[in-house]
Amino acid sequence: MRSTIEEKPAQAATLNNDEILRYSRHLIMPEVGMEGQLKLKQAKVLCVGAGGLGSPLALYLAAAGVGTLGIVDFDVVDFTNLQRQIIHTTENVGRKKLDSAAETLHAINNNVEIRKFETRLTSANAMELFRDFDVIVDGTDNFPTRYLVNDACVLSGKPNVYGSIFRFEGQASVFATERGPCYRCLYPEPPPPGLVPSCAEGGVLGILPGLVGVIQATETIKLILGSGEPLVGRLLLIDALAMRFRELKLRKNPDCPVCGQHPTVKELIDYNQFCGIRGEESAAATMADMTPEELKRRLDAGEDLFVLDVREPHEYQICNLGGYLIPLNDLPKRISELDSSREIVVHCKMGGRSAKAVEFLNKSGFHKVHNLAGGINAWAERVDPKLPKY
Amino acid sequence: MKIFIPTPLRQYVERHPYVEVQAGTVAEALSALTARHPDLRKHLYNNEGKLRAFVNLYLNDEDIRYLQNEQTPVQDGDALSIVPSIAGGGC
Repeated sequence: MRSTIEEKPAQAATLNNDEILRYSRHLIMPEVGMEGQLKLKQAKVLCVGAGGLGSPLALYLAAAGVGTLGIVDFDVVDFTNLQRQIIHTTENVGRKKLDSAAETLHAINNNVEIRKFETRLTSANAMELFRDFDVIVDGTDNFPTRYLVNDACVLSGKPNVYGSIFRFEGQASVFATERGPCYRCLYPEPPPPGLVPSCAEGGVLGILPGLVGVIQATETIKLILGSGEPLVGRLLLIDALAMRFRELKLRKNPDCPVCGQHPTVKELIDYNQFCGIRGEESAAATMADMTPEELKRRLDAGEDLFVLDVREPHEYQICNLGGYLIPLNDLPKRISELDSSREIVVHCKMGGRSAKAVEFLNKSGFHKVHNLAGGINAWAERVDPKLPKY
Repeated sequence: MKIFIPTPLRQYVERHPYVEVQAGTVAEALSALTARHPDLRKHLYNNEGKLRAFVNLYLNDEDIRYLQNEQTPVQDGDALSIVPSIAGGGC
């Protein structure tokens, strides 16, 4: 099938002798050759996110000689990133991911032009950001941004190279090509917030973004070259634990609200609202939150507080506050172990699961329940620095 | 037939990657599955008893929405895959 990337006159660019040597293993393959390598040199690829997926895919795209790589990211490298975000090194902890990534990419291939966009991708800036690029690679980590990337790709006519991971399972596809389906054809609606845990809460095997990100890089290069069979109309499922790859058929949905025959979404919308996410302030301010400092003060004062830990047993082994352990999912059937007359402080790792536990307990007739804001990680950060964070 | 359980839902089926059931249709397969693992029910169906929109079901490699939905007949060697949306990647 035809590549969806606009054909450009290849004669505009040339390779110098150093580049010819560098790319010789490409140049001697008929599938790439000089023509293909010049297409790569002229290509402009935008990576949304320089995290788990963005790391390996940007490394390979730079090494392969993609001429212009844009990166959208606003995050800072932290220690928990290093287990999988191989574009960043230990000495870069605390620096902007954009700067750390750009340095690594330049060290690999100084011929590549890196364009850094230090911003969150939003409905207000997406169309403008996408304008100068040929292919968009989605390496984001949340549903609102995934729907935003998809819709902006459909509306601007640019392919969306999609990859997504959870624990040891991944998905990859190429969406929003001219004839192929888009992300909304696959999933018309996002799951309600909180039902699908994030990597920070659910964990992710470090190699998995490597596997999936490299598949995204491969698809990006194939789109640029216009060769091979792109992953259009197919969803690749990767199970790293079983090491099983499966492929499902995807169809373009004629009733798709964004790429169907009678689209109802003709411009970018409010994706937080679409995904049912409350504004950040209101989410943080709801619930009877208790700060780590307040919990410490009240425990030190000898007050009668029951500390409930709703994490998993393997997390309890990493560190704990000596709380009573009932994993969130077991709470409904073990609720009888709790005393509703006592004041309860619920905690998890970061505050997400415990917020759900508090909501559930409130509905079940418990009225003296607090959520430890920021979870045991905030406790380790602000009250007990000897405790490990994870 | 085998029903493949995705990672986010494995905690409700004692962490098995798949569950074997006997069934004549997709609907029967799902009801056999949720009868054995009742905690799974609320993750697959909404309060009205309809399959949730972000949970896709594939019989072998085909989306059941393009077959006969839950009434699609199934055979012994078939594989039914539950494919929910996941978003991780940047984190």
